[in-house]
Amino acid sequence: MSEAARISFSQGINQALDEAMAADPGVFLLGEDIADEQGGGVFKATLGLSKKYGVERVRSTPISEQAIVGAAVGAAITGMRPVAEIMFMNFLAVCMDQIVNHAAKLRFMSGGLTSVPLTIRCGTGAGVGFGGQHSDMLEAWFAHVPGMKVVTASNPADAKGLLLSAIEDDDPTLFIENVAMYAAQGPAPEPGYKVPLGKAKVLRDGGDVTVISYGRPVGEVMAVAEALGAEGVGVQVIDLRTIAPFDETTVLDAVAKTNRAVVVHEAVKAFGVGGEISSRIHEELFGQLKGPVRRVGSKYSPVPFSPPLEQAFLYSRDEIAAAIRSTLD
Amino acid sequence: MRSTPAPLNEGHKGDVMSASQAAAGTDVDVGTLLEIFRRTTLVHRTDEKFRSLLTGGTLRLVYYPVRGQEVASAATMTALRPDDYLVTTYRGVHDQLGKGIPSKLLWAEFTGKASGACKGKGGPMHITHPETGVMVTTGIVGGGLPIAVGLGLSSQLKGDGRVTVVCFGDGSTNIGAFHEAMNMASIWKLPVVFLCQNNRYGEHTPLAQSTSVANIVDRAPAYGMRAVKVDGTDAEATYRAAKAAVDRARVGEGPTLIEAMTYRMLGHVFGSNFSYVPKALQEEAVREDGVPKLRRRLLERQVLEATLAEIEQQADAEIAEAVAFALASPYPDVSEIRKDVLAQEIAA
Repeated sequence: MSEAARISFSQGINQALDEAMAADPGVFLLGEDIADEQGGGVFKATLGLSKKYGVERVRSTPISEQAIVGAAVGAAITGMRPVAEIMFMNFLAVCMDQIVNHAAKLRFMSGGLTSVPLTIRCGTGAGVGFGGQHSDMLEAWFAHVPGMKVVTASNPADAKGLLLSAIEDDDPTLFIENVAMYAAQGPAPEPGYKVPLGKAKVLRDGGDVTVISYGRPVGEVMAVAEALGAEGVGVQVIDLRTIAPFDETTVLDAVAKTNRAVVVHEAVKAFGVGGEISSRIHEELFGQLKGPVRRVGSKYSPVPFSPPLEQAFLYSRDEIAAAIRSTLD
Repeated sequence: MRSTPAPLNEGHKGDVMSASQAAAGTDVDVGTLLEIFRRTTLVHRTDEKFRSLLTGGTLRLVYYPVRGQEVASAATMTALRPDDYLVTTYRGVHDQLGKGIPSKLLWAEFTGKASGACKGKGGPMHITHPETGVMVTTGIVGGGLPIAVGLGLSSQLKGDGRVTVVCFGDGSTNIGAFHEAMNMASIWKLPVVFLCQNNRYGEHTPLAQSTSVANIVDRAPAYGMRAVKVDGTDAEATYRAAKAAVDRARVGEGPTLIEAMTYRMLGHVFGSNFSYVPKALQEEAVREDGVPKLRRRLLERQVLEATLAEIEQQADAEIAEAVAFALASPYPDVSEIRKDVLAQEIAA
């Protein structure tokens, strides 16, 4: 693959699904409108796959989220590796029973006799005008449930690498895709490229403050870090990649060197994942922190429709920069 | 993997067979009937033993009695192969034992012991034993039906010839998961048998007050699914209905809804008041009790009293051994709390 090769998020996801299906006949996809006859998915992530693997393995379903996830759970406990597409993250609210009471718990409740090697993909994200019921970032709900893994990517190569790992993983994994990023381009990874679950990546070194983020805001954080770097502020950036279980070792080791930390996510700040990460840093490093860990997230509101309101809802580069500066005061 | 897509549902009109139609048929052979009796006896006596140990204070757990539903379950489980799949609910001792889970593993799990089927980590509401096909026991009303669809989908994709039976009560048919699962199983012609053990009450509320149709089978035509209503206290009628449904599922003819009429002869949970069940219905349940009825039927079919007594003694011995095993077994080590949460053990 040439150095200049680039792919979009959608293509990264499509490649991961393609490679996983080619490698393992137990991998199959189910979800609304995912077969080519129905358009290859509303975000085209499954385009071409039913032509290649057939509509039995790339299976368009009725609009029945409980049955989609339940069917995936049932197939998973027989050793198959289903990948269920739930079009929007908010629709997980209508199949929470299958995720929380069944997928997450069957391994434990069976004493390890059954496992649920299931991947649930879902799109979401504010900033594209879908309004209150198609835009929420609800990762904290699932991160709070023992037995679930939660993953999201900040670039197309990671999307491919993380999704391949999620499909091969023996635990139920929620894979969150930001709809504002489906068309975003990035360097193409090699075939078979995998990103291990549970491992964060230090994207940028800097000696003054550590910023921990994941998903779409990572790009914003990197831009802010570059700008602050020009002012002489050393910003270290960590991309969590896996939200739950999060890579506590990498985060704590990094903050132990800078003694300052900011957590940035798109989800509403209140009761978000940032609260947990901040709390763990305080619990382990309180004595050496130069100041409190700061958090940046979206405002405490349903995602609004009107563009100025939607932008006001979202975290901003200014807020990220201000939070970083405040740790230096 | 199958290479050709399963045919789409061609709009099956959802034939519904009534209980009287289902009752008509040839005699079930004595060997099969004896097997149903063996499973019925084990379940009946296990249920009695749980209740007596709870009353006596030897056991402390939340127990959902199966008294009145033994025969419907035993007859259906007898129609299955050992490798067929079962999904059931918290009121599921009859289904689990009928499917073949060893008594010792069941009792030890109910008592939270390390030697239990699930190392004591699931408990009474979450019995799993894949070796005998007991795949999921759920504490969520209706939660098992979509999972049964997935077991059926797996069998269809793999072409492994297995059939899935999912057991649930009449109350489950009022929750959304039932409707999504029925529709999906029907459009994909999955090898699933939906066994509704209609015990006439959803917790404390009678069927007529909670359900828009008089019969659960009346719901099947809405999903283009075959359905049959049977007297669940009649072992032969239930077995014939189950066998026909299982055979159809196995050859790719799709799912069936069976409504087996049973009685819940005790409260929702053991020890709870059930005076809300009208006296006439309680008397009818005793009169129609499937357990003595099946015994009488076997004597009519020229089976010796001694043969039946031996089966009963074997059940009692199996239960006595299982109870002793469970009570003597240790509780799990507390380190188990870090195991089986994820595939990789959680760090201490």
